[in-house]
Amino acid sequence: MPALNRLHTRLFLLVVVLFAIGVFLAVSQAAKPSSDTDAVGLAAWDQVYSVLISPRCINCHTATNYPQQGDDRHRHFANVIRGPEGQGVPGLNCVSCHQDRNADSTGVPGGPNWHLAPLSMQWQDVNDRPLSSAAVCRALTDRSKNHNMDGPALLKHHSEEALVLWAWNPGIRPDGTARALPPMSHQDFVAATRSWVEAGTPCPGGR
Amino acid sequence: MATYQLTVNGSRKTVDVDPTTPLLWVLREELKLTGTKYGCGISACGACTVHVAGVATRSCVVPVSLIGERPIVTIEGISNDPVGRAVQNSWVEKDVVQCGYCQSGQIMSAVALLKATPNPSETNIEESMGGNLCRCATYVRIREAIKSASQQVK
Repeated sequence: MPALNRLHTRLFLLVVVLFAIGVFLAVSQAAKPSSDTDAVGLAAWDQVYSVLISPRCINCHTATNYPQQGDDRHRHFANVIRGPEGQGVPGLNCVSCHQDRNADSTGVPGGPNWHLAPLSMQWQDVNDRPLSSAAVCRALTDRSKNHNMDGPALLKHHSEEALVLWAWNPGIRPDGTARALPPMSHQDFVAATRSWVEAGTPCPGGR
Repeated sequence: MATYQLTVNGSRKTVDVDPTTPLLWVLREELKLTGTKYGCGISACGACTVHVAGVATRSCVVPVSLIGERPIVTIEGISNDPVGRAVQNSWVEKDVVQCGYCQSGQIMSAVALLKATPNPSETNIEESMGGNLCRCATYVRIREAIKSASQQVK
């Protein structure tokens, strides 16, 4: 009988060990795709971020009381200020000059409802330095700051919003030269956003 | 060349111009409304300010092809508006003008300010008038005239 009990005990321990190994392998397999998904999502986010901090986008995502202009992102001329709604002030609205289309003959860019992004969507600090990738990602995915947009809504915004599309059709400067485009095509930007959204909009760690 | 139907100071006007022609030159050269002035030509000084659909607009940088059906009001028509009349009266009362070149733009911006903000603060005035330059530096009198007009339109 003692031998039989020892055999039962050994069999029981074997079952426990095999079960533990099975659980470990299952968890490992489950974690691996998640890690891969994060890596793909973060790589896609890097591409999205490279566009967001390009002058065509970030010039109107300031933390200050004024927009910027130009590829060197200098302060907008003529004492233009943000105003309470991000549309300038009476007498000096954004649309006092910026019409609903580019005015290439005078070099003034334009698009529907030309305005600044809200301060909650600032992508630079008060010294006009772009925020880190992690900080912009956190702001972009914070629904209390981003007009309550979830991942699909962000994808739609990047795909269809008129002022986003303007970045790839920015018109020409008063001197007749072309404004710089974002660092990738709009098609690639949308594809990167889609990958990031499908990965669950992961954000890099750090500040 | 293209033909455009414009509503200027309440009247329908037809002009035949190059689509890239800035509104300023359509007003001055085609319609002979020379009260609106050419200053810098790059929207930096405000001398060319008119109202397009009620919005103070720098006419030197807006091609006529982008105006569409929006009505235009120039300095010649602003006195038909009660706020415009009050601002012009205050300009006379406070003897704002020195050389006068920038003043039509100043008045158009001031009217836009008072229509949106009937009782403007010093900051409101500074921000809204910050894009209108005056080489004679009549800024103190402009500010006083806006305050005076504000009292009249209340």
